[in-house]
Amino acid sequence: MSEFEPRIVAFLCHWCTYTGADLAGTTRQQYPPNIRVIHLMCSGAVDSIYVLKALIDGADGVLIGGCHPGDCHYQTGNYKARRRVAILKGILTQMGFTEDRILLKWISASEGKLFADTVTKMTDDLRKMGPNPMKQLWNA
Amino acid sequence: MELKKMKGDKSSALVVGAGIAGMQSALLLAEMGRRVFLLEQGPAIGGYFPLLDKTFPTNSCGVCFMSPTPPAFCPIYECHLHDNIELLPYSEVKKVQGTEGDFRVSIVRKPRCVDPQRCTLCEACIKVCPVEVEREFGGGLEKRKAIYLPFPQAIPHSLVIDPKTCTRCGECVKVCAPGAIDLDMKEEEEEIGAGAILLGFGFEPFWAQKKGEYGFGRHENVLTSIQFERLISTSSPTQGFPVRISDGKKMERIAFIQCVGSRDPSCGQDHCSTICCMYATKQAMIAKERAPQLNVTFFYMDIRPMGKDYERYYERAKAEYGIEYIRSAISSVKELQQTKNLLITYVKEDGTFEEREFDSVILSLGFTPPQGIQDLAKGMGLRLNRQGFCETDEFSPGHTSVKGIFVGGAFRGPRDIPETVVEGSSAAASAASFLHPNSGSLPKREYPAEGALADEIPKIGVFVCHCGGELKETLSIAELVEKTKQLGEVCHVEEMGLACLPEDLNQIKMKIGEHGINRIVMAGCSHREIRKTMEEMARGIGFNPYLIEYANIREQCAFVHRDHPELATEKAMALIRMAVERAKWIQPIRKGSHKVEKQGLVIGGGAAGMTASLRLAEQGYEVYLIEKGKELGGNLRDSFYTLKGSDPQSFLKDLIQKVKNQSSIHPYFETEITGFEKTNGQYKTKIRHPGGEESLDHGALILATGGKEVTPREYLYGEDSRVITQRQLEKMIHLKDEGLKEIRSAVMIQCVGSRDEEHPYCSRICCGHAVKNALKLKEQDPAVQVYILYRDVRTYGFYETYYHEARGKGVIFIRFDPEKKPKVTLENGAIRVSVFDPAMGSEVSLSADRLVLSAGIEPHDNRDLARLFGVDLNPDGFFMEANPKSAPLDSVDRGKFFCGLCHSPNTIEDSISQGNAAAARTGALLSGGEVEEKPYLAYVIKRLCCGCGLCVAVCPYGARVLNEEEVKAEVQEALCQGCGNCVVACRNAASQQRNFEKGLNLNVLNAAID
Repeated sequence: MSEFEPRIVAFLCHWCTYTGADLAGTTRQQYPPNIRVIHLMCSGAVDSIYVLKALIDGADGVLIGGCHPGDCHYQTGNYKARRRVAILKGILTQMGFTEDRILLKWISASEGKLFADTVTKMTDDLRKMGPNPMKQLWNA
Repeated sequence: MELKKMKGDKSSALVVGAGIAGMQSALLLAEMGRRVFLLEQGPAIGGYFPLLDKTFPTNSCGVCFMSPTPPAFCPIYECHLHDNIELLPYSEVKKVQGTEGDFRVSIVRKPRCVDPQRCTLCEACIKVCPVEVEREFGGGLEKRKAIYLPFPQAIPHSLVIDPKTCTRCGECVKVCAPGAIDLDMKEEEEEIGAGAILLGFGFEPFWAQKKGEYGFGRHENVLTSIQFERLISTSSPTQGFPVRISDGKKMERIAFIQCVGSRDPSCGQDHCSTICCMYATKQAMIAKERAPQLNVTFFYMDIRPMGKDYERYYERAKAEYGIEYIRSAISSVKELQQTKNLLITYVKEDGTFEEREFDSVILSLGFTPPQGIQDLAKGMGLRLNRQGFCETDEFSPGHTSVKGIFVGGAFRGPRDIPETVVEGSSAAASAASFLHPNSGSLPKREYPAEGALADEIPKIGVFVCHCGGELKETLSIAELVEKTKQLGEVCHVEEMGLACLPEDLNQIKMKIGEHGINRIVMAGCSHREIRKTMEEMARGIGFNPYLIEYANIREQCAFVHRDHPELATEKAMALIRMAVERAKWIQPIRKGSHKVEKQGLVIGGGAAGMTASLRLAEQGYEVYLIEKGKELGGNLRDSFYTLKGSDPQSFLKDLIQKVKNQSSIHPYFETEITGFEKTNGQYKTKIRHPGGEESLDHGALILATGGKEVTPREYLYGEDSRVITQRQLEKMIHLKDEGLKEIRSAVMIQCVGSRDEEHPYCSRICCGHAVKNALKLKEQDPAVQVYILYRDVRTYGFYETYYHEARGKGVIFIRFDPEKKPKVTLENGAIRVSVFDPAMGSEVSLSADRLVLSAGIEPHDNRDLARLFGVDLNPDGFFMEANPKSAPLDSVDRGKFFCGLCHSPNTIEDSISQGNAAAARTGALLSGGEVEEKPYLAYVIKRLCCGCGLCVAVCPYGARVLNEEEVKAEVQEALCQGCGNCVVACRNAASQQRNFEKGLNLNVLNAAID
């Protein structure tokens, strides 16, 4: 199991977290290269289907990054994301995933280090958790 | 020194100082179609803004939250991106010549020794630079090299060489791949022509060493508030975790000492710096969030959170965060040798001494005018006040003493961000009125027509930039190029050295023509870095700029995965694959525009409403001014003198005359609002007045419905005619009422209808009001005894000097706790007030010929108006702004603004600034007569829409409506901000967002997982 490298898909909002991820780069914060970032305008624009499809197709974890509560550039998008993720976690358990495969995190444009730390920790956690069970299903 | 030809003319504006006020002025004038030069003496724009990680009272992110039009976007980037603004960073004003309306300003552009166009921020030079000095940003807590980036978000986003410390060893020149460094760069002189000059010089923090007794500079663990702000910022070296300077151990007990360089004539600072109570409270809260075990103690004289929602913030700091506030005077701060802890000795209110030990002490520094401003001010002919800030007339707050030169923000005196934003806007409004209406509006830049691309098969050109070799250290660029060639629909792949430079851009242009490329994927730095350059290049050749995709293989790959070159290359390949996938599906976007009516509707004919109407009319717009009463003036009619000694009645007369003389202002009296409709940015308001009913078309709405004095329900008010309010006393004094002669002793009680359960906010003006009336009573008869019973004296800013004066003239101030309010009784027909005096430790009993209640301010009942216009009220009944920092007067909906007492309790001066500012925002919106759409608009696929209305419910901007006839949802393009929330809400995939369609995102997701 030690060779397992998880694959993380991340949906980052344009204003806060994507900019925070850029700041991680500008300040050369190192984190594992397991993450693939999809850029959206708002965390409230992350459809549940994106998250479910990512997991069904074999991603080991999904990260959703948005602005801190009260900071959403579209007023309330991050709150919508928060509710959606709460519901999604329930669905995940029913589908046989552990709910920790989704992580919703508020990361502002100035929190480059927090972004790097988040990805590092999530990668470690997923390494421990092991591969997405769906992968085996497909292989079988 | 070289002299260049003059830039700009009479129709343009020069903004000096690119802090919050200056940026705001520049952005609004630019939006109004003016050419703006924005000059900044430092190497990057932004002022103190970038230092703030969090701002009060929301504790929200401070780095990116300001904009002329919500949703907010970083003002620093907007100034950088705006076509009408020319940035002049690292420059200084040398001489101002000419007169009002026609200035010629000589400026000096200091040599930055690094060409911002060529610098890619690879930082190779920083590694080799041998000179290390204290970094200015954040008060010298960190180190920097002689070649450095001022701060991570700096604009211009380029390094700069500090000439004072650079040794000219030349190492940096050797390693700079793009050849951006030129150590022999010379100072250049330029001349700017401008019709108006706007000053945003800002402030400087008080020099802490001047208060030697607090030990800053001698005791390691005594910090300034600037340093602490940096320390608790998430981008600090400790990621915001508060640690001691001497040993790096975590802070456990810290003290804030307030009023360091404020309210202190002994160091030449007799004014209150207004915001230190709030910023220090914020710093304490943030520090406690980062380190919950931290104990925080404040040593203060009066606590002064007077702004909108600030009182609640302060109450939260005490109740939820357990921050301790001790009213006291500091006697000494001693360093303990072993621990380097600090022992503070202080005198409490009751005169007893106490000692406490802390591991760090933070000095809440006050504001001083910027250093070296006197000479420049003198050269311009500006009048400064006694404290050295810019002097302005109370009733024309944006004007300096020199015609044609305007001012906003902290250069007028200490103030918080919302006020600075308001004043920056207000100065822009005054300047816009001054510059001839609409003369010199900039023509839009012309670009060649775009080819029709929509139906063409995608032909994707991929350009992989290695950023002057930097990315090659981690990524195998050759491998990326080879693998990209195998992707479908890619017709051309090319490696580039520096795609941001003209040489490579020309190469891209050539290849577009050669291969018939109709979609571009730019793999390299973040789109945030290169988008402006690429889009400009594309527009220049008629290529739709929205057909460019970006693969961020620098900031989000090469820079952050240096130890894993193979995996990083694999990731970079995935990022390119995803971008190519996106490129296959994206469509050109041609932003439409929508007509807006060039009329403004102003509701409320008080000081704020009339000011807003005048400024709008002066900018050339028609204004409908709606007043529910029979005459103009509002609360201003009941104001007879101000604390600063101005005459509000003559100002009012003048204002009303100006409104009447303005043919483009159409006043309506005794008028009520009966209906409101909006369609795609066009408003229609129905009104009823004695003459009948009317329907008015307009493009913007300004609510200035005012407020009123709270009617006291305690202290025998209404039961005994000798119990009056401050306003009634003011009228008595003004009319030289006979009753005044009876007054041998007057008692004033503060915070009546403020800071209580029913009105949990500070009304801001009552302390000044009481001091003003007390001084008048003393002026008429020095023998009159005046007692002011208060909770905190909140004579902020320069009002502090009048508080000082009142004390000097024998006005007696007695503090009371809200738990021990004064008791008012009738004894043999006389009024007696008894109150517990904490300084004496006993009850005092005062006889009062008049008991004067400082009644607070409350808004009118605006619930019906709010519902009708679709705007929000805060829990106190004031109109609620979109964002307290960045858009303090804007509603969330575009084109609706608030000003005056319906926004928050304010002085006349503030109301005038707000009226000006609301007019500036409106002018910026209406100028040009159309609003441009946002690029990534939502749209509805009608045949899939079932008309359920979910998208209507989720849209935060009211940009969705249900077409009742067709039972289909529709998008009001002028209002849509492109967040994409409605796309998710739709269960039928009928709701989509341009270039972020559900299907498109899913395809990108596929490419990400492959």
